Amino acid sequence: MITATASQTIGPYWHLLEDKSWANLTRFGAEGETITITGTVRDGGGKPLTDACIEIWQSSPAASDSFPGFGRAATDDAGRFTFKTLKPGPVAGPGNSLQAPHLAVTILARGLLFHLSTRLYFEGEPANENDPILGLVDEGRRGTLIAHETKPGVWHLDIHLQGAEETVFFEI
Amino acid sequence: MSFIETPFRPYAPGSQPDNDTPTYRSTELRHPARPLLKIPQTITELSGPHFSETHFPPTENIAVNAGKEALGERIIVEGHVKDEDGRPVPHTMVEIWQANAAGRYNHERDQHDAPLDPDFKGIGRVFTDEAGAYRFITIKPGAYPWGNHANAWRPNHIHFSLFGPGYATRLITQMYFPGDPLLPLDPIFLATADEDARDRLVSKFDLSITKPNWALGYRFDIFLRGRQATPMEDSHDHGHR
Repeated sequence: MITATASQTIGPYWHLLEDKSWANLTRFGAEGETITITGTVRDGGGKPLTDACIEIWQSSPAASDSFPGFGRAATDDAGRFTFKTLKPGPVAGPGNSLQAPHLAVTILARGLLFHLSTRLYFEGEPANENDPILGLVDEGRRGTLIAHETKPGVWHLDIHLQGAEETVFFEI
Repeated sequence: MSFIETPFRPYAPGSQPDNDTPTYRSTELRHPARPLLKIPQTITELSGPHFSETHFPPTENIAVNAGKEALGERIIVEGHVKDEDGRPVPHTMVEIWQANAAGRYNHERDQHDAPLDPDFKGIGRVFTDEAGAYRFITIKPGAYPWGNHANAWRPNHIHFSLFGPGYATRLITQMYFPGDPLLPLDPIFLATADEDARDRLVSKFDLSITKPNWALGYRFDIFLRGRQATPMEDSHDHGHR
């Protein structure tokens, strides 16, 4: 067996973002309930990450030719990112459990040798109570994964890589 | 419809760099101080994005831009994408980006005092074939200085981005060149503890890829996480459609 190739940082000059359209997951004509995801990313000193690449992946609605299920955005000078996508529905969890609607969120940046993985859940979603992944998170830190609706259809999540408000990151 | 997928196996110890790597200064305030929370792989981690070549057209030859040849040493990079058991990963998207021959990225933030080449953007995308093989043509990237420590220079490298079959197989890496004297001095390269894992980040010069009178060839094989031996039944109630 050969072990998986080692991860390396994306660096400050990542070029993957050929086109800002990547942040719009509905651009190929996907239909459904459209939502906007906004967020900020900060380091352990509270400084915004202005050179990060944020990716989202959602297993619901199912990926297809009209919906890649995947988006990528650059953070701006204030560490902010924005996506337009379809609201995910609940999906199967381990055993007979059901997972609350969520997005997988990946942070790639200079200073990260291995990408960080977290999730975004939606505040007020009743299924959050029984979500098998949220249930693994210390109650005091669960809020770091839950986006707030700032305007109808606009969901916001602040991500902290380090410090008192450090986001819960996963080993998957 | 039931959702039954075999989980991906954990990374082998030492085969991946630690985000807490003080010799690479940018990690200081960016690495999570608390341990990662291990979660089971669910449909979200076991499945992955859908990239069609229609929506994401390949650009195999990035040494040419609108018919004009980029400056520098043209090279061919070829390899296979496989899993840890040696099984090919077919039809997966491979993205690359890199500095030009002078060691400068075509990126607004890169202020290194080296010339930009209007005919080199330094971005490419290909898909692996049925056998997991990929290939692209580019320019050998130059070394460039960075502010990590006194007289710090990054070795020549090409950045790679891959997805593989699931979110859990996502890989961002860098391909280096054989014999580069900067490798033993580079904290990013050295951040991976396992020497064999590190060495596999270095491509190999390959005369069989080299095209006479045209370009040198390098081989760079990439390995994504393999699956565990025993299948796991995730759920009978596939709720995502």
